[in-house]
Order: sequence, then structure tokens, then C-alpha cells
Amino acid sequence: MGCIESLPYEVILRGSSFKECRDYIKKECRESVDVQPGLKVFDTHIIGVPPIIIGLDGDFVIFPFTKPCHGTFLLRVEDKEEADRLRKKR
Amino acid sequence: MDLAQEEKPQRSALLVLGCPQVPVQTSLALYLIHRLRQEGITPVVAGNRSAVTLLVVADPKRHYLGEALDLDHAIDQIMDKKRDFDLCFVFIHNDAGVSYAATMGAISKARLYAIIYGEHYDQIVSSITFPCINIAAKAVHNPMPLKKMLDEVAPWAV
Repeated sequence: MGCIESLPYEVILRGSSFKECRDYIKKECRESVDVQPGLKVFDTHIIGVPPIIIGLDGDFVIFPFTKPCHGTFLLRVEDKEEADRLRKKR
Repeated sequence: MDLAQEEKPQRSALLVLGCPQVPVQTSLALYLIHRLRQEGITPVVAGNRSAVTLLVVADPKRHYLGEALDLDHAIDQIMDKKRDFDLCFVFIHNDAGVSYAATMGAISKARLYAIIYGEHYDQIVSSITFPCINIAAKAVHNPMPLKKMLDEVAPWAV
């Protein structure tokens, strides 16, 4: 998992589909930003079907994280700097 | 070898492996590597440790298998414009595989092939909404239905 493994993340959804993550962010997050696959989030290239939706809730970043054997996790990490950086991509 | 052949640039193909829990993946990957090599296309494999190790153990003298990369490292290299490929084959039997295929389609200039298999291959095919060439069959333990589809499409001949 590289850098993401070392983050204090909270798992919101586990072993979910990409669509389930997208639907959750649309429904539950105050703000969201559409990004293309390959964009680095917390120094890791994000994987998914474009456009990938990343949720923003104050200083929290909510994003899908995909691994081949475990499907897609929806993670929530508090990081003001990263939230602000992603917010500027809207 | 004549001059025309010497000047022909070497083509390359990236094989993106999925989770190796479905047995046909390793068999089909080795077969595809073999066919690509026959056509002078250099195959490069990317996958997680288990998927790559299955290939390494099955081909200990590397008669077929060449360069093998960690999947995240391969994506890093393409994103950083350090390398790209002429062909890309993504092995898909679950939702994560679809995500990886969509990502390869977005970040690489390679001609994209989705190799779709497993018990629910038809549902996966219907979930693919991005441009790619699908090679799909209901194959779990027996690789022959998927091999037949692969031979019909013959992506190494393009």
C-alpha cells in the first residue's frame, strides 16, 4: 500500500465495488471533486473508472483505494493540506 | 534478417494481472506471453507478488516470462512518462480488474484488451463502459474457452 498504509485512515467501505464507493461519496460527502485515474492522492496513484469521485468534508479526504485481490476500499483520512490541494482541482 | 526487419521498432506489451484466485489466469498469461514472443513482441508482466510468483514458479528458467514488475511500480512508470507500451492486456475477473483496466485506458497510449473470465464474466463485460477490446469467456478452471477466444481475436497479429 506504500504511503497510504502509513496513514491514520478509517475504512468506510471494505471489499466494495467502485460504483458503491462513488454512490457513497455522492450521498454522504459535503463536497466532491472529479479526477482522472492516475492522479496522486497521498502520494499514491488512484485507480478507477473515470471520472473518479473524491469526497471532501472539512479537512477529511474520502477516496477509493483499489487492490487486485481485495476490491475497492473507501478510506477517510484527515489531512488539511491534501484536502485543500484536491479542493483546488474543482 | 533484412534491413527492413532490422529497422522495425520492437513492440512491447504489458500484461496486467489480477488477483490469481481464478486458476486460468496463470495459464492464459503464459500462453499469451508465448504468442507475443512468437510475433517479436516483448511481453512485460505487472501484478501483485502472488500473481507474479505463480508465473515465476511455473517458468523457472524463464523460457517465456521476461520482465516482471510490481503493479504499482508499473503504473508509476507510465504516469511518470518513463515508459509506455504498444499493447496492454488486463486480466479481469472482478470489479477491481475493471478499475485497473479503466486506469490503463486513461493513462497509457497502448491498444487496450480486457481479458475477462470467471463465473460471472458476462456481468463484468456489461460493466465495462470505456473503450477497449473485450476477450471474454466463462472460464474458471479450464482455460480452453478463453484460449479459443484469444486465438480468434489474435491480438499479437495486429
